[in-house]
Amino acid sequence: MFEWIESIADWFVYDFLGLLHKTHLAEALHFFIYDTIKILLLLVVIIFFMGIINSYFPVERVRNFLSRNKLYGFEYLMASLFGVVTPFCSCSSVPLFIGFVKGGIPLGVTFAFLVTSPLVNEVAIGLFIGLFGMKITAIYVISGIVLGTVSGIVLQKLHLEKYLTPWVKQILENSKKEQEIFTVEKQPFKERIVVILEEVKTILKGIVPYVVVGIAIGGLMHGYIPSGFFEKYMSKDNIFAVPIATVLAVPMYSNASGILPVVQVLVSKGIPLGTAIAFMMGVVGLSLPEAMLLKKVMTFKLVGIFFGVVTICIILSGYFFNIIL
Amino acid sequence: MKKIIKILGTGCPKCKKTIELVENVVAENNFDAEVVKVDDIMDIMKYDVLSTPAVVVDEQVMIKGRVPKREEIVGLLLF
Repeated sequence: MFEWIESIADWFVYDFLGLLHKTHLAEALHFFIYDTIKILLLLVVIIFFMGIINSYFPVERVRNFLSRNKLYGFEYLMASLFGVVTPFCSCSSVPLFIGFVKGGIPLGVTFAFLVTSPLVNEVAIGLFIGLFGMKITAIYVISGIVLGTVSGIVLQKLHLEKYLTPWVKQILENSKKEQEIFTVEKQPFKERIVVILEEVKTILKGIVPYVVVGIAIGGLMHGYIPSGFFEKYMSKDNIFAVPIATVLAVPMYSNASGILPVVQVLVSKGIPLGTAIAFMMGVVGLSLPEAMLLKKVMTFKLVGIFFGVVTICIILSGYFFNIIL
Repeated sequence: MKKIIKILGTGCPKCKKTIELVENVVAENNFDAEVVKVDDIMDIMKYDVLSTPAVVVDEQVMIKGRVPKREEIVGLLLF
C-alpha cells in the first residue's frame, strides 16, 4: 500500500542527494521522509472519517442514548465504544462530566466514557496504523475499549459519589433521565463536509509540529542506535519495566503523541511491545492538565482513585501484551 | 438592538481563539454587540453544553464544541 512512498524516499535520498546506502545519515533521512509522508496521509484520512462519524453522533446524542435506554449492564461497553468515536479535548472533560451526571448517567458509565475517549482517539489511531501496522492498532483499540469498560465497572462498584465536590453532588440529586429523543440536526452532507474539513485542518495544525519532530528524533535514533540495544536493560523478564514506563507516562500531555514515533523506534531496537503500549496508553489516556481540570468537580481523593484504577488497568494490560505478543 | 454574545469556555486554547475571533468580528463590522466571557464552570453548565467552546447569542446556544468560522459569526450577528 505504501510502496510508492518508499520509492519517493528512495529517490530523494539515494538519487537526488546521492547518499550511499547503509550509511547512518541515509537511513535516518530515509526513515524520516517515508514516515512523515505516510503518517501525515494516514492522519488526514482517519481524522476525516472520524469527523464524519462524529458529525452524526455528537456527544449530546451519546448522552441522550445512555440516559434514556436501559442497557442491562452493557452501558459500560456502550459508553466506552462511544468514547472511541467522540473526539476528546481535555478542556471539555468537565462540562462533559457534569452533563452526563446531570442526565442521570451513573458515575461508572461516565468514567468508562472519560477513559476511552482520550485513549482511543483519531490521532492515536492514525499514528498507530502508520507506525505499528493494523494488527497492533486493532489490539490497541480493543484493549482501550476493554480498559474503559473495566475501569468504569470497577469505579462504579467503589461507590464514589460521596467524593464529588458539593455542588456536583447537588446536581446529582437533581439529575433526571432525559425524555426527549435526540434528533440529528438536519444538515446536508455537503455542509457537514465543510465543517469536518475545517476540523481536520485545526487538529492537524495542532499536532503536526510535534509529530514531525517526533519522527525526526525517531529517524536519528533509527539510524544511529544499533538494533537490540535496549534488550539488555528492558527485557520482558524485568517485572518493573511496565509499571515504571506507565507511571512515567501518566503526567505527560497527549500532545506527547509526538513521542509515538520515538517509541516505535525503541520497540524496533528491543523494548518489549507490551511495555511500550502501556507507556503510550499512559501518555494518551491520562494527563496532568486533565487531572487539574477534574479537580473542579471531584475531590482530590476521587481524582486519585480514578487515575489509580486506570493506571493499574494499563499496567495489567502491559503485562498481558508482553505475555501474548 | 444590542446583542449579548457570550463565549463559554474554561480557558482552553480553542476558547481563547474563539473569543479573539468574535471580538475581532464585532470590532471590524461595528456590530452593536457586547462580548462576554463566561469561564466559570457553574455558569457554563447553565447552558447545558457538553463541549466547549460554545457561542451563545442572546441566551441561545448557537455553536458548541468548535471554533466557529469568521463568516458564521457575522451571520449570527446580522440576524
